Amino acid sequence: MSIKSEPITINLGPQHPSTHGVFRMRVTFDGETIIDVEPIFGYLHRGSEKLAEERTYTQVVTLTDRMDYVSSMLNNQGYILAVEKLTNIQPEPRGVWLRMIASELQRIASHLVAIGFLIQDLGAWGTPLTYSMREREKILQMFEMLCGARITNSYMRPGGVFMDAPQQFWDSLSSFIDEFPAAVDELERLLTSNEIIFSRTKGVAILTPEQAINASITGPILRSTGVPWDLRKNDPYDYYEKVDFDIPVHDAGDNYSRYLLRVQEMRESLKIVKQCVDFIEPGPVRPHHDQVPFLIRPPKGDCYVAIEGSKGELGFYLVSDGSISPYRWHVRSSSLINLTLLREMLVGTLFGDLFVTFGGIDINMGEVDR
Amino acid sequence: MNEWNGKILADEINTHIPNSVVSSDKDSVNVEKEKIYEVLKFLKDTSGFSFDLLSSVTAVDYIDHFEVVYHLKSLITLSKATIKTKLGFGREDQPEIDSVYSLWKGADFQEREIFDLMGIYFTNHPNLKRILLWDGFPGHPLRKDFVTNSQSIIPSEDLS
Repeated sequence: MSIKSEPITINLGPQHPSTHGVFRMRVTFDGETIIDVEPIFGYLHRGSEKLAEERTYTQVVTLTDRMDYVSSMLNNQGYILAVEKLTNIQPEPRGVWLRMIASELQRIASHLVAIGFLIQDLGAWGTPLTYSMREREKILQMFEMLCGARITNSYMRPGGVFMDAPQQFWDSLSSFIDEFPAAVDELERLLTSNEIIFSRTKGVAILTPEQAINASITGPILRSTGVPWDLRKNDPYDYYEKVDFDIPVHDAGDNYSRYLLRVQEMRESLKIVKQCVDFIEPGPVRPHHDQVPFLIRPPKGDCYVAIEGSKGELGFYLVSDGSISPYRWHVRSSSLINLTLLREMLVGTLFGDLFVTFGGIDINMGEVDR
Repeated sequence: MNEWNGKILADEINTHIPNSVVSSDKDSVNVEKEKIYEVLKFLKDTSGFSFDLLSSVTAVDYIDHFEVVYHLKSLITLSKATIKTKLGFGREDQPEIDSVYSLWKGADFQEREIFDLMGIYFTNHPNLKRILLWDGFPGHPLRKDFVTNSQSIIPSEDLS
């Protein structure tokens, strides 16, 4: 005899500790199985794209910090590259190396947040999250030495960065480079072969490469389906051509491979930071005011620049009408677009898998809603 | 990754789909609004182009018309291209364009965002409703004629 069940629709969020911000879902269950999901956005919409139309090109840097607030440096880098391309500014080499060091450290910090909270979503209270936050804290302290801010950095300027790194920063960086591999090992010992993580994440929410590409999904999620697609390699910007690193790829396409891929990417990012430290030479960190004035007036035109953010392709589309503020500024936000297949990934899984999958996608509401 | 020269790409498109290209320059191809779905389908399905990743869709308000911009990438041929189309001349109230949702699912949220903030209607989109703002929000904020009540932080004489 089969038991007759009736679908029930419940509302999750926007105020919910597991939604990584203010994300709302309307989920329909049949028993414990999910049969429909409707994501609802907009609770953190601040109209950044409209605000940019009333600010100068340099002031817009502060708006990019507040998009994805766990990877501000990467947002800065993408936006600055777009401005440089539009205005045809030649950046100073030392500025570019500092930019790359800052972005790769930020990528590590962002992945640490992703891993820490993924495990938190699994129900592992405290320990792994504290471990990853401890490492992230070291990076935030280094950012404070670089630019005086921990989260909203606004560190980069057209042509480089706004000031040189103090000696204190280099000392902290070298001890971080020495200590971080051991910290990742410690985290991996705790998690990678953990029985609970195996059973909760392996084979859950599987994506195929065709599905992912068709839905414009990029970043670690695309690479976890077996596609070696990384804009640092495929469409190099800054000096990524000069450094040597690998793109980790997994082909299972499930939550576990997303976790594992992020761990490996942190090691690769550290490799890049190490090489940048070797390559960097003394010199100015940005062009003199004669070459790049404070109020930039790019020629009429438009440009689209995409970088490999911590969550996927982070694109900036800028249109200039020749004045000192952008005529139109559009952000191709990887967090929003990576959610396209949320429904397909969740339907058929159990209630307990919902937040694990959501944590595995790793979104940031500041970037989803902008 | 190679970027397609707009002029070469325009010739290729025009030979396969006659009268579809309006103009082209070094970076982009400007396509007839009515032919946009056909052109993008051609670029996605034809080997040699194989633009399988719809990188970004966005729209710009140029006051006398709107422009929808598609940034395409190919993971197979490792190339990228920009396709644009102009629509809504004379500030018509509901500018319409074909949705590319059936080609790339990645267009889903991006087209909804354009509809929400710019007020462009995508025909054949399965779920065209506001995404960031709430139902009943007056107007579309990214249009240039949308009146904000904020004060600009740049003195207006500097803006020109």
